[in-house]
Amino acid sequence: MYPILKKEKLSDKIFLMVVKAPRVAAGCLPGQFIIVKIDEEGERIPLTICDYDRNEGTVTIVFQTVGASTERMAALNAGDAFDDFVGPLGQPSELCIEENLEETKKKNIVFIAGGVGTAPVYPQVKWLKEHGINTTVIIGARSKDILFYEEEMRQVATELYLATDDGSYGFHGNGCQQLQALWDEGKRFDHCVAIGPMIMMKFVCLLTKELGIPTVVSMNPIMVDGTGMCGACRLVVGDEVKFACVDGPEFDGHLVDFDQAMARSKQYKTEEGRALLKLQEGDTHHGGCGNCGGDE
Amino acid sequence: MADMMVRVPISEQDPKVRATNFDEVCLGYTEEEAVAEAARCLNCKNPMCVGGCPVSINIPAFIEQVKERNFEKAYEIISESSALPAVCGRVCPQESQCEGKCIRGIKGEAVAIGKLERFVADWARENGIKPKNTSTPNGHKVAVIGSGPSGLTAAGDLAKLGYDVTVFEALHEMGGVLVYGIPEFRLPKDKVVKAEVENVKGLGVKFEKNVIIGRSITIDELIEKEGFEAVFIGSGAGLPMFMHIPGEQANGVFSANEFLTRNNLMKAFKEGYDTPIARGKKVVVVGGGNVAMDAARTALRLGAEVHVVYRRSEAELPARAEEVHHAKEEGVIFDLLQNPVEILVNEEGSVRGCKIIKMELGEPDASGRRRPVEIPGSEYEIECDTVIMSLGTSPNPLISSTTAGLETNKKGCLIATEDGATTKTGVYAGGDAVTGAATVILAMGAGKTAAAAIDEYFKNK
Repeated sequence: MYPILKKEKLSDKIFLMVVKAPRVAAGCLPGQFIIVKIDEEGERIPLTICDYDRNEGTVTIVFQTVGASTERMAALNAGDAFDDFVGPLGQPSELCIEENLEETKKKNIVFIAGGVGTAPVYPQVKWLKEHGINTTVIIGARSKDILFYEEEMRQVATELYLATDDGSYGFHGNGCQQLQALWDEGKRFDHCVAIGPMIMMKFVCLLTKELGIPTVVSMNPIMVDGTGMCGACRLVVGDEVKFACVDGPEFDGHLVDFDQAMARSKQYKTEEGRALLKLQEGDTHHGGCGNCGGDE
Repeated sequence: MADMMVRVPISEQDPKVRATNFDEVCLGYTEEEAVAEAARCLNCKNPMCVGGCPVSINIPAFIEQVKERNFEKAYEIISESSALPAVCGRVCPQESQCEGKCIRGIKGEAVAIGKLERFVADWARENGIKPKNTSTPNGHKVAVIGSGPSGLTAAGDLAKLGYDVTVFEALHEMGGVLVYGIPEFRLPKDKVVKAEVENVKGLGVKFEKNVIIGRSITIDELIEKEGFEAVFIGSGAGLPMFMHIPGEQANGVFSANEFLTRNNLMKAFKEGYDTPIARGKKVVVVGGGNVAMDAARTALRLGAEVHVVYRRSEAELPARAEEVHHAKEEGVIFDLLQNPVEILVNEEGSVRGCKIIKMELGEPDASGRRRPVEIPGSEYEIECDTVIMSLGTSPNPLISSTTAGLETNKKGCLIATEDGATTKTGVYAGGDAVTGAATVILAMGAGKTAAAAIDEYFKNK
């Protein structure tokens, strides 16, 4: 069992949990992910590592409620425990590997975080600060009330820009537009990391390709085992088929086929919708959705 | 007097009924049936059957005990050689192993050795009989990577020799392919697999789940930081192959590993479990091995019309004869001498069909099987909403790529001697990680051999 030591609601639908998982905490690096499973009936949910404490043996995860499983997860509290919590999985971010430090130091790096993607950007920026590397961070969100991690990020980022789609806080516009505005002011970057919803990463990549900034994205396809044995998470990168769980999750954003990745992420949309309805409506759900045939 | 030339028939669920449920197909022998079948054994002085068994179970001796109704004694004899008799009795390809060598099989039907082994193991479980460990601990720590058939066998044998054994498993359940690959209707998970893992635990073996060697910790760290003096790698061959044809990334195309993992390990077929699975209306399974049969019969039970598309003919189907027979009885359709050349995709990015080309058999290839050759212009389209690729698997490179001095061949298989010694001192390997995808019993044989070799290694150290 993997006890939840702390739970915090970061915004309307975004939750943070600190989980005791000594083996994961001992070896994980920014960019890697874990898979969590609530209980016997639960599914395996991949989540990027958002922070870790090697001494305490803890790992921090942040998730957004998007379906039945994450709703069920959000109902857990400090003192509860997960049946399974496995990792670290995937490759660490290339920026956060000691051997690459000399190369990384030469780069002028900008991070663009979208929504819940802010959380996995944090450990990378933190690691870089600890290694004396300056960063510019743009956090984009739909509106002020779903923006989180502002203070935490301010502690580690050299420059922090906030952008909201509705203009309720900071720059009025999305992360892409904020990057364009900085570029227009004469700021220059030679490396970009974008983490957020696939549609956001796609648009960042379209812009950075135009601006000539090499861009790394962290992909979040459907996963099952997370160890390379099933290919559920496969993506086309350049001309090759890659498994995000072992080859990634970070890839050259200019080579990723986002349209296909987005189509694949909708694979279980109907099943997910049904599961969520069933959870929300409980015994009162009798097929009102017109799809599932009620309790059959 | 019964006809001694034919085996005592075994009861099975009716095909029409079982095609709609996940309960075990074969119901097993009753005591009376088992005793009657045991009486057909000639108790050969020079038993050929034993030579056909990769773990050399003393077959005539255990069958003799069944005949005498000493079922507990029969279980003890099997347990000397095998850690997983309830599994092997169910999934071994006996026709090409022990039963293939049985003298009775020359003029009549071979003794049903597998069914008798299964009977004994099931009887022992139902009567609370467990294998015993009478060794004294020798204080040496051995790590076993992977809890599949080879790892469980090596761990059990090493524990019986007095070693302090810890098994590390990447998934959240122990058993490897026994839990994620082979479906419930062939191998019940809670009843059989869990019980056999518990038996290995009962020998003193420790198990740690959710540990991915190469990510959570490396083999070098296990040796340097956690005090393990030897390692057995039984990590299998879990990396799925795809065809690299157009349309393969479409929604509705799955590796058999994904489809079976969702169903078997995550129990997607069961009410109340969170993991979804594609319940297709019309499913094409590509391939002809046991995994293809498992995927096809699973899709059928989830409500689909199922076509197995295989590029060779019936005679070359690599699956067990019993599984092909069962699949046909249940209504799986075999489209033989055919091969997909393209997956057809609709506007939403989902599978709408398959373009398939017909084949004929040409000259034998390097493996001795006649090579399938495409018949030009024979393409046709079949409608379907799901395609399951069951083309085989290869070893995952995670362990070899993170362990200094551990070498692999061109196919990614670990290089090991016949005793299982790898290119790294103190590190042994066996099963699919060395051979590529093979059978449960061969993996168990490899685990057994490597355990003996590890014991030798400590004696000579």
